Amino acid sequence: MTRLVASNAILVAAAVSALGALLTPIAIHKGRRDWLMLSYAAVYTNFVLVTLATLALVWGLVSHDFSISYVAQVGSRATPTFYTIISLWGALEGSIVFWAWVLGMYAAAVVWFNRHREGNLVPYAAATILMVALFFHILLIGPANPFQPVVPVPFDGPGPNPLLQNHILMAVHPPLLYLGYVGFSVPFAFAVGAMLAGEVANDDWIRLTRRWTLVAWGFLSAAIIAGMWWSYEVLGWGGYWAWDPVENASFIPWLTATAYLHSVMVQERRGMLKLWNLNLMVGTFVLTILGTFLTRSGIISSVHAFTQGTIGYFFLAFIAVVLLAALILVAGNSDKLGSEGRLDAPLSRETAFLVQNLFFTVFMFTVLIGTLFPLVAEAVRGVKVSVGTPFFNRMSVPLMVALLFLMGVGPALPWKKAAGAELKGRVLPGVVVGVLLGVAALLGGARNGYAVLAYVFAGFALGVNAAEFVRGANARVKAHGELWVTALMRLVSANRRRYGGYVAHIGVVLVALGVASSATFKTEQEATLKPGETLTVAGRTVRFKNAWGREEKQRQVIGATMELMSGSRVVGIIEPRMNYYPTQQQPVPTPEVRSMLSGDLYLNLMAFKQDGSNITVKVIWEPLVPWIWFGGLVVCLGAIIGIWPSRERQASRSGSANAAAPPMTEGRA
Amino acid sequence: MNWKRASIAAATAAPVIGLFAWGLTRDPNNIPSPLPGRQAPAFALAVFSPGQGRLTRPVGDTVRLADLKGKVVVLNFWASWCLACRDEHAALSQMAATYEGKPVQFLGVLYNDVPDKGMAWISEMGGQSYPSVDDPGARVAIDYGLYGVPETFFLDANGRVAYKNTGPVTPGTVRLKVDSLMAAAQSAASVTPSATPSSAPSGAMAKDTSRPSAKAGSAK
Repeated sequence: MTRLVASNAILVAAAVSALGALLTPIAIHKGRRDWLMLSYAAVYTNFVLVTLATLALVWGLVSHDFSISYVAQVGSRATPTFYTIISLWGALEGSIVFWAWVLGMYAAAVVWFNRHREGNLVPYAAATILMVALFFHILLIGPANPFQPVVPVPFDGPGPNPLLQNHILMAVHPPLLYLGYVGFSVPFAFAVGAMLAGEVANDDWIRLTRRWTLVAWGFLSAAIIAGMWWSYEVLGWGGYWAWDPVENASFIPWLTATAYLHSVMVQERRGMLKLWNLNLMVGTFVLTILGTFLTRSGIISSVHAFTQGTIGYFFLAFIAVVLLAALILVAGNSDKLGSEGRLDAPLSRETAFLVQNLFFTVFMFTVLIGTLFPLVAEAVRGVKVSVGTPFFNRMSVPLMVALLFLMGVGPALPWKKAAGAELKGRVLPGVVVGVLLGVAALLGGARNGYAVLAYVFAGFALGVNAAEFVRGANARVKAHGELWVTALMRLVSANRRRYGGYVAHIGVVLVALGVASSATFKTEQEATLKPGETLTVAGRTVRFKNAWGREEKQRQVIGATMELMSGSRVVGIIEPRMNYYPTQQQPVPTPEVRSMLSGDLYLNLMAFKQDGSNITVKVIWEPLVPWIWFGGLVVCLGAIIGIWPSRERQASRSGSANAAAPPMTEGRA
Repeated sequence: MNWKRASIAAATAAPVIGLFAWGLTRDPNNIPSPLPGRQAPAFALAVFSPGQGRLTRPVGDTVRLADLKGKVVVLNFWASWCLACRDEHAALSQMAATYEGKPVQFLGVLYNDVPDKGMAWISEMGGQSYPSVDDPGARVAIDYGLYGVPETFFLDANGRVAYKNTGPVTPGTVRLKVDSLMAAAQSAASVTPSATPSSAPSGAMAKDTSRPSAKAGSAK
């Protein structure tokens, strides 16, 4: 029953999406604007149907309905309900259902908010997004059908992959990733819509999707950080980034999207880079699909093994169609996309954005080429190679260091042309903080040139961006006689986009400090301990108390109780564990991390004697790693500030007649 | 419409799409072993499970690869904790019995395991017709570049690796490889008394099968 409801909902949703998408050009061609309401209705109907299918699948999981193939594949009566629900995205088919649902939600929301807009941009955008939805429905009907009948119905299933039910972050990382990935469908659809509607010369598609792009970017940033955290907390290797194809797949579109967020301001402000921005947005969307293709088709070897099948060919065909259609559209419109302005001076914010875009693009190609190189090498020379961390680190560290520097340069530079004296005042705080951090790093023992530079530039960016808040607030105090805190709040809320950006910059600095510190100053040691024996790493001592085992509903747990010592006093208990799942031959390591402001003490149980007489434990001191997660939060806070609707905008929205006016009043960085 | 730009862009995209299409036909996890066609790494390992009937070797006896010259050797790496090894156990045990009296030596090599558990596993599985040796410290497994268990190496009569099978073997594979290696050994022996290395059909057989076993790695 559940199965039939769900699979028919998907079938109808596919038909509705196709009809809605087809109706748009016909309606516009015939001049029947009333028909357009039908294609908007198709967007809403699609959302309702996909929601129904998603709920049905969740219900199937929760009610252990093993007649549904997806439930039989990932469900198990022993799995706790929470992990049963989130196994919606624990395997391929469920992920595609979730993807379709997120896409349906975005589509319905963006059409609802723009339903009164005149012109053909929104209808074409709706049609584009319906076409994308149709592709995912086809996946759900064909190669990734989660609703196939299972006969005979098994009594129980194997349960989700143990690694995926071992940590709470599994509930967080995948949804964030999909919300980010899928979110870029909105600006992409509006870009395509603008091209189809011939409205590409004005910036409406950018203005209408500004917040949507920021939402997608914020989710993707959060997803990347959450993925790093998950990897760090679950996999027991003490690292958070390995340049695995799956990680790269999420990072590559993030790079183009970040470039876009900046370069789009040059277009809004100066009427330049129009063609470039269009390409960046189309590219970002294609890269999200490419990333999914790379990780889901099994084309590239990765530690993340996903189910393989014919789905790769579907994705490939979709990429080919999107690329071809987008390229023809962009090329066809390229003559309309000339620059209105030109660069006035080498020392201006425009130039900083231009250089920043160049670096982000080079970065994107570096990671993309490194990820695809094994495939190229096999095709060209017939050899199997793997491109590992050394390549990516060597290539990306200089780029990251340079980008940190630019993150300080950009905010310090005014639009058009910088005046010397003003510039000095804006740069000075950055120079001071940068020098201080650089000296601190040298005193701390950093000897690698890039590491020291990373501290210097991180400090520089921190100083410049933080000084912007101080400067702005001081000016308000002077002008309005406000309290400093009030001035700061009003400053930010009057220019949300600009100061949201600076907050995000500060978040990135925190992430960079965490990454640089853990890469430079990480120390680790492994030892076999008897009860009562201690191990000291980076001045922190742990003592092995005892080993224990216990039965849990879905697994067996072996753990070691380790005491964190301060002198002879016990100041904390850390319990690294190994979880044994019946479906997995090897135990799932479950490290425990003790976080402090200065870093993490990371304990992983490597081996144990069955009688508990000794254990082997790895202890890692990870300086400033918590700053990465906190920095990620700050980045998201920046995105939220940038997204939050300002009062002026809400006021102007009520009068829909002057649709072109509100963007002019918006805070501009 | 700027067709020039459109065609340049499409021309750039086409090879990438082509590359992906080609890539889909490949298995990136299938890493060919460099061993086929080369001399098999030597070993001297002690028997811990004697085998049955006429295939028996006494426990504690040292099996040396050098002593097996002239015989086709089927070297099967296994472990009691390995699930896929259960799938192939009957096939191997049966095939070994079938080739009794022929110049073929089946040999199990215990990988990352202790002999007691290996013995327990053998009796649970209803016996193993051929002897198994222990490989303490997995030294021989490392020499053979073992990626996981089960892996089965087929060595020709001259002690060269002719073929490597990853994952559980089927009776058909065993029969095909052993028969062709025996035939090659015989024809080589009938042409010249000392077999020439070039007569071994290693070239045609230096192929790795895909990896159907459960070693695909972990998901994230």
